[in-house]
Amino acid sequence: MSIASTSVIQIMPRTRRGVELMLLIIAIGVSVGAYVNVGLTVQDKVPASTGYYAAGIGLLALTAHLALRYRAPYADPVLLPCAVLLNGLGVAMIHRLDLGLEASAIAAGRTPKSPTAPQQITWTAVGVVLFLVVILLVRDHRRLQALTYTAGLAGLVLLVLPLIPGLGVNLNGARIWIRLAGMSFQPGEFAKLCLVIFFAGYLVVKRDVLTLAGHRFLGLDLPRARDLGPIGVAWLVSLGVLVFESDLGSSLLFFGLFLFLLYVSTERAGWLIIGGLLFVGGAFFAYSAIGHVHKRITDWLDPFSIDGGQIAVGLMGQGWGGVLGRGLGQGRPELTLYSQSDMIISSFAEELGLTGLIAIILIYTLIIERGLRTALGCRDIFGKLVATGLAMSFALQVFVIIGGVTGLIPLTGLATPFMALGGTSLVANWAIIALLLRISDQARRPQTPAAPVSDETIAMVVQKQ
Amino acid sequence: MNSAIRRLAVAAIILMLALMANSTYLQAFRASDLNGRNDNKRVRDSQFSVNRGAILVGSVPIAQSKPSNDRFVYQRTYPPNIAEAYAPVTGYYSYLFGRAGIELSQNSELNGSDPSMAFRRVVDVITDRRQQGASVTLTLNAAAQIAAYRGLAGKTGAVVALEPKTGKVLALVSRPSYDPNDLAGHDLNKVGANWKKLTEDKSRPMSNRAIKELYPPGSTFKLVTAAAALSSGKYNPQTHVRSPAELDLPQTTVKLPNENGQNCGGSDNATLTVALRYSCNTAFGSVGLELGADALRDQAEKFGFGERQLPELGAAASQFPADPNAPQTAQSAIGQFDVRATPLQMAMVSAGIANGGNVMKPYLVQNIKTVDLKTVSETKPESLHQAVSPDVANQLTQMMIDVVQNGTGKPGQIKGVQVAGKTGTAQTTPDKPPFAWFTAFAPANDPKIAVAVMIEDANVPRNDIAGGALAAPIAKAVMEAVLGQ
Repeated sequence: MSIASTSVIQIMPRTRRGVELMLLIIAIGVSVGAYVNVGLTVQDKVPASTGYYAAGIGLLALTAHLALRYRAPYADPVLLPCAVLLNGLGVAMIHRLDLGLEASAIAAGRTPKSPTAPQQITWTAVGVVLFLVVILLVRDHRRLQALTYTAGLAGLVLLVLPLIPGLGVNLNGARIWIRLAGMSFQPGEFAKLCLVIFFAGYLVVKRDVLTLAGHRFLGLDLPRARDLGPIGVAWLVSLGVLVFESDLGSSLLFFGLFLFLLYVSTERAGWLIIGGLLFVGGAFFAYSAIGHVHKRITDWLDPFSIDGGQIAVGLMGQGWGGVLGRGLGQGRPELTLYSQSDMIISSFAEELGLTGLIAIILIYTLIIERGLRTALGCRDIFGKLVATGLAMSFALQVFVIIGGVTGLIPLTGLATPFMALGGTSLVANWAIIALLLRISDQARRPQTPAAPVSDETIAMVVQKQ
Repeated sequence: MNSAIRRLAVAAIILMLALMANSTYLQAFRASDLNGRNDNKRVRDSQFSVNRGAILVGSVPIAQSKPSNDRFVYQRTYPPNIAEAYAPVTGYYSYLFGRAGIELSQNSELNGSDPSMAFRRVVDVITDRRQQGASVTLTLNAAAQIAAYRGLAGKTGAVVALEPKTGKVLALVSRPSYDPNDLAGHDLNKVGANWKKLTEDKSRPMSNRAIKELYPPGSTFKLVTAAAALSSGKYNPQTHVRSPAELDLPQTTVKLPNENGQNCGGSDNATLTVALRYSCNTAFGSVGLELGADALRDQAEKFGFGERQLPELGAAASQFPADPNAPQTAQSAIGQFDVRATPLQMAMVSAGIANGGNVMKPYLVQNIKTVDLKTVSETKPESLHQAVSPDVANQLTQMMIDVVQNGTGKPGQIKGVQVAGKTGTAQTTPDKPPFAWFTAFAPANDPKIAVAVMIEDANVPRNDIAGGALAAPIAKAVMEAVLGQ
């Protein structure tokens, strides 16, 4: 094969939808396998709900897949299977913990709570529906740029919602939930999405000013003082989240996102340094002035200081899991507080061991890197920024929550994407994946629109030469 | 723009790698540490269903697991009539409240999870046998332990007896005590109520007074002062020392009086032997002043002060004050001021003198054997420090014999056996009753046992004769229990 012919093949646009389907089947297989495994070890039988679960997750995944074939044929083939696998494993673990919590409630003479796994499957359905809506309605992500300020406003409103008396509720020291019609929502999860769109749209317009004006100092390009406005506002808002909602995780997430996008759009490391200093200042302020944050940090430094503390029990569970894990259904993850939500990674680490945990982190890494790959390939600045923002929000969120659960950094109440029990976060993450896929479709689509070439045609091309 | 995105991609990978590295450290390297924690419910639950090995004294189990018909499969039991006597040693094995004592320190051997028994576990898995723990045989002497326990009946105090030549702990008793069965039960509500009762009990039955609590050793510490004096080369047992009724202390107007307000055995210049016989504060105060705090501390540390002894139970470290001034040094020389010792420590002082000055490391676990009687480990006696020379040890022995024959230690005499001992009465604050002490060893020419008795809140006059009268008969009973065998 000559060099020339190789380059011809590379130019050939490949949809890779077949690869996606194969990966999806594997992801569904692993998820259903995990579900059955839980039943076999905990109840000594294949769970009666296996059919419901397998059909549900299979149907949802295939619908999403078909929507991509139909509306975004060039979309990245790895993102959807990764999301399905994480979602499926999450439901299996939530089901496993339902059983564990039920058993310990009965042993202690309490009435068991109703199982939460069916609820999570329902939310998965809602998430996939939103996924379809995004794929089908947003035909071109660049149109979202028109919504820049609407998104910014929506993001702010969503951030502030939990502060409204009668609507917001205090949970575990943080005020990030709202209660509506008997159900709880975490509006911050959607605020993330809105703010990424806002930051991207805003920076597309302002990047020239922010890039070009300024002076060099100690080898760094520092911005002009009057251009510091936006970063200052972002900092103040994130600080507001911290002070009024005591939510260290979201605060870090929003400010980090803004900083990363500022850096990408201007390519000036000076912004990172200014932002880093502002963050350190903010963090120190939070540590010394906010009781809730102070407690989180002391809990992190000495998790065993409180008897039966959530982190300590989680750490002991992870140690108990060791390298290979106890096996699904054979550990005691239900001993840990919030084992289905905040601490679900600890539950996985206990039952699937270090091996399983690293596999999960690698799946997250794949999503993040595929997202950034999408940003690299994207041809418009707005799309680049949105993709970077979404991918980095994933990276930050995964780092903050897994790092917190495993004792690397102080624990903050961010949701573990796709896995943790909780509807809002799950639905929001499906929307994020949909948006990433939409951008990747445009990024990978041949520039002069051509009919998609299937894998078979490429094989024929190779054979002919 | 793309180069910035690429940098972010690298940063994201670094973040994920940090997560993996941290978890690797946690789950691969810190795991055994976490699994060993007393408050680890997961490990405790799984171990609660293991046929745990017995704790033996001689061949008699003082803790054993018996089959039970509930979810835990086995029930840990302690023989009811002697459970309280052994509780300070065995500790407890509780589902709700973890473990203590030998049950805690020998846990991995008792439940069979110790690395030294890995092969055994593999065999158990292959032959489909349940995991079976090893049994732990203690050095305790049942007769001595029971004699000590009975001797302390109705009192608050502790007894420790050692075998001077080896450091074996022959008796270790603390009263009031508790019944570990109350905490080992499977009725968790009842166990919780029992725990509450025990922890709220004003007499603190679960505190181990023999090794974990520190008391002013009072006049028994004069043995250490005498040892320092004789070792300095400036004194022998016949050296005359200043022994007025009241000793003028430098830098202060406070005086150090003898307990009876008189001089020492009728002399203002008694010999060291006479001073020890009547336990004269002024004599040892002045010796302490001449030797200085550093010499006293060095001597005390050679007997084991400042170190945590008996790792099997985690004894507290006895203390000699760090930087006392002159009057404080004089007080320290007679075991007051900030000198603090465990009964175990004072038994070690006697045992060291009894063993020609060589203080042996105290130990409780004689051996550990698997269910098919293969030895997992066997403890060998080890020397801790040579506290004094054999000559000085011999001189101290003669002085201690004199105490029991002619002095404050008369209640410790045993017919036909030469006993060497020293009494003590120590006070903390004037409003609290003093502590009565007696430490001794016998037979003086070939010591088989060294013992220390401490009685807290002894309602007696503040003098050594009274202290001896209260504590010495218990020491005598314990020594007789060992020597009579």
